[in-house]
Amino acid sequence: MFYYLVRRLASVVVMLVLITGTTYALFFATPIDPVSYTCGRNCTPAIKEGNKKALGYDQPAYIQYGKFLKGLVVGRDYPDNAQLRADHPEQIVHCPAPCLGYSPTQSRTINAMVGDAWPISISIAIGAFVLWMIVGVGGGIIAALNRGKWPDRIIVGLALIGFSVPTFFIGLVLLTFVAIKAGLLPIPNYVPFTENPFEWAHNLVLPWITLACIFAASYVRLTRAYMIETMSEDYIRTAMSKGLGKWRIIFRHGLRAALTPIITAAGLDLGGLLGGAIITESVFSLHGLGFIAVSSVTNMDLPVIVAMVMIVSAFIVLANLIVDIAYGFIDPRVKLVA
Amino acid sequence: MSTSNEPGLSAELLESTGVRVNRSRTDSAPDKFLRVNDLHVHFPTDDGLVKAVDGLSFDLEKGTTLGIVGESGSGKSVTSLAIMGLHRGTRAKVTGEIWLDGEDLLKVSDEELRSLRGNRMAMIFQDPLSSLHPYYTIGQQLVEALQVHQKMSKSQAHTHVVDMLGRVGIPNPDRRYDQYPHEFSGGMRQRAMIGMALINNPELLIADEPTTALDVTVQAQILDLMRDLQAEFGSAIIMITHDLGVVAEIANDVLVMYGGRCVEYAEVDDLFHQPDHPYTWGLLSSMPRLDRVKLERLVPVAGNPPSLINVPPGCAFNPRCAFKEFSPRPCNVDEPQLLESYPKHDSRCHIPVPKRAEVFAERVAPKL
Repeated sequence: MFYYLVRRLASVVVMLVLITGTTYALFFATPIDPVSYTCGRNCTPAIKEGNKKALGYDQPAYIQYGKFLKGLVVGRDYPDNAQLRADHPEQIVHCPAPCLGYSPTQSRTINAMVGDAWPISISIAIGAFVLWMIVGVGGGIIAALNRGKWPDRIIVGLALIGFSVPTFFIGLVLLTFVAIKAGLLPIPNYVPFTENPFEWAHNLVLPWITLACIFAASYVRLTRAYMIETMSEDYIRTAMSKGLGKWRIIFRHGLRAALTPIITAAGLDLGGLLGGAIITESVFSLHGLGFIAVSSVTNMDLPVIVAMVMIVSAFIVLANLIVDIAYGFIDPRVKLVA
Repeated sequence: MSTSNEPGLSAELLESTGVRVNRSRTDSAPDKFLRVNDLHVHFPTDDGLVKAVDGLSFDLEKGTTLGIVGESGSGKSVTSLAIMGLHRGTRAKVTGEIWLDGEDLLKVSDEELRSLRGNRMAMIFQDPLSSLHPYYTIGQQLVEALQVHQKMSKSQAHTHVVDMLGRVGIPNPDRRYDQYPHEFSGGMRQRAMIGMALINNPELLIADEPTTALDVTVQAQILDLMRDLQAEFGSAIIMITHDLGVVAEIANDVLVMYGGRCVEYAEVDDLFHQPDHPYTWGLLSSMPRLDRVKLERLVPVAGNPPSLINVPPGCAFNPRCAFKEFSPRPCNVDEPQLLESYPKHDSRCHIPVPKRAEVFAERVAPKL
C-alpha cells in the first residue's frame, strides 16, 4: 500500500511535468507574440521591451519552463529580470511556492487569482455533485427496479432530455425565467460560505441545478444499467433464496455491488469539475477557475494558461489516484500492490 | 408387428380402466412432506410461449433424496426455482400445486414465502463463486442467513456460524470466517454455500447441480458431506443434476426430465436395473463406466434438446429416439401418458412395457 502510493505519486509528478511541458511547447509553437497582449492601447516599443524582460519572454522557451518548474518548488520573484529587480525594488512581487506564475493582464500572481476563484469553483462543484448524485443515483435505482414500467420510462425520458439539452441553454433558461422574470432566486453572486451559509447556498442553487442536470442524466443511465446488471447476478438469487427482505436485497446486495463503478465515475467527474465548470461559470458570471481559464485563453495569457492546464490536470490525475485507492477499500478483491 | 401389438393393447387397457398415472401414487399419500402436483412454468417471450416445465408431479419424504436428471434445458433448474418461489415477480407463469408440509407454496403470501426461504427450505446453487456475494466475507453472509430467521446476538451468531463452517468440513473455520469468497477454493466455496443453506436446519434442501463446477475428488467429498448432513438433520433433498453417477450415489428416487416433462420416475435401484424409457437408456449409454474393460466410445444421445416453444408433436423425444420402430403406433401424433410400467415405476413411452423390457435387455443393456 505504501509503496503503491509512492509509485503512483511519482507518476503523478511525471505526468504533470509532461503536461505543463507540452503546454509550453504548444504555446511557443503558435505564431503569436505574447508580449503584444501585455500592453494596452498606448503601446510603445520601449514598454514592450520592458514587459518582455519583466516577464522573462526574452529568454528561450526551455529556460522559461525551467524557471516555472523551479518557481513551483521554491517560489520566485517578479519581475523576472534581475536587473529590473535591482533598479526598481519597489515593484518586486513575491510569488511563494508553489508559484504558478504572474499574470501580466491581471497584474497579480496567479496564486492570488486562484486563491480568489477556487472557493467559487469548489462550491459550485460540490453542491452540484451532491445534487446530481442524489437525483441521478436515486432515479437510476427507481428506474432499474421498475424496468419497462412507466416510472422507468418517465425517468429515462427525462434523462434523455437532460442529457441532450446543452448546459448553457439550461443555465440561460433558469437565469432568465427563474431569476430575472420570476425573481424566485437571486442572480448568482458568490457569497463565501464562512460569511453566510444560507446566502451561499441561496445564490448557488441555480448554478448547481444547471450543472447537475447533465450529470444527473448520465448518472441515471449509469446507475440504471449497473443496477439491472447486478440485480440479475447469481448472488442476488442467493440473497433471495436466503429469505432476505426486498430492501435489504436491493440496497445491501444489489446497490452495494453496483456502487463500485458509479463511485469510479463520480470521483473522476468531481475531479474534473474542481478545476472549474467553464460553461456554468460563464453563464452565471461567477469568477471561478473555469472563468479564469477562458479569459486567459482569449487574452493569450501564457502563465495563466499553463497554470490552469496544470491545475485541471492535477485534479483529474489525483482524482484517478484517489478512485484507485478507494477501490482497494470498496472491493475486497482488489489489492493495491506496487 | 403382430407381436408388439398385444402388449400395446394391454397398456391401452390399463389406461382406460384407470389403474394408471403416477398421480395415483401421490393421491394415495397426501401426507407427503413435499408434493408437487401438475406444475407448469411458462415464460412468455417475443418468439412464443416457452413451456419450460409442463405438467410435472412428484413427491418427497423427509430424510429421502430425489434426483432430478436431464440435459440442459429440460426444466430441472426452473422446477427448483419454482419450489423456492424465485419466479415471483418475473414474467414466468407458474401454475399447479407445490405442497410443502400442508401449505401450497404457490398460494402463500410473499412475506410467508420469504419466511420459508432459507429457513424451512434452502437452496444450493451450481456456481458457488458467482452465487456468493463478492463484497462480503463468508462469515457475514452466513450470519446474515442466520439472523434473518433467528433472533440471535452477534456473538451467538458468530459462534454458530463458525461451528457450521467446521461441520461442513472447512478447516480453520475461525480464520476462514473473515475471508472473502475469492479467497476460497471451489470446493471450500461450495462447502460454505452448503453451510449457508443448512444454517437454519431446513427441512427441504434443493441442490442445483452442486458438484458440476468441481473436480471429481471434491465432488465425492461434497456428496459424502451432503449424505452425512442429511443423516444428521433429516432433511429432504432434491438433487438436480445431469450426472447419473451423482444420482446413483445419493438419491432414493429418480425423476428423468425431458423437454419440461417427466419421462421416467422410479426408485433409484429400479431405474438402474430396469430403465424403462429410451431417453434414460440414452443417458445411461452416454455415461462413462470405470468397471468396464471395453474401451468403447461413449454413445451420445443424437440430436439436440427440443425447442420448448414448438415442442415436437406426439412424444417430445421422438425425433431423437432410436427405438421408435418398436412402437405400435406413430410416435409423432399423440403424446404418451406417464403410466406405471412396474410398481412405483412410471414412464412415458408408446412402446409397450414388455417390448421395452425386451429391447432394453437385447439392444441396450449389453452395451452398457
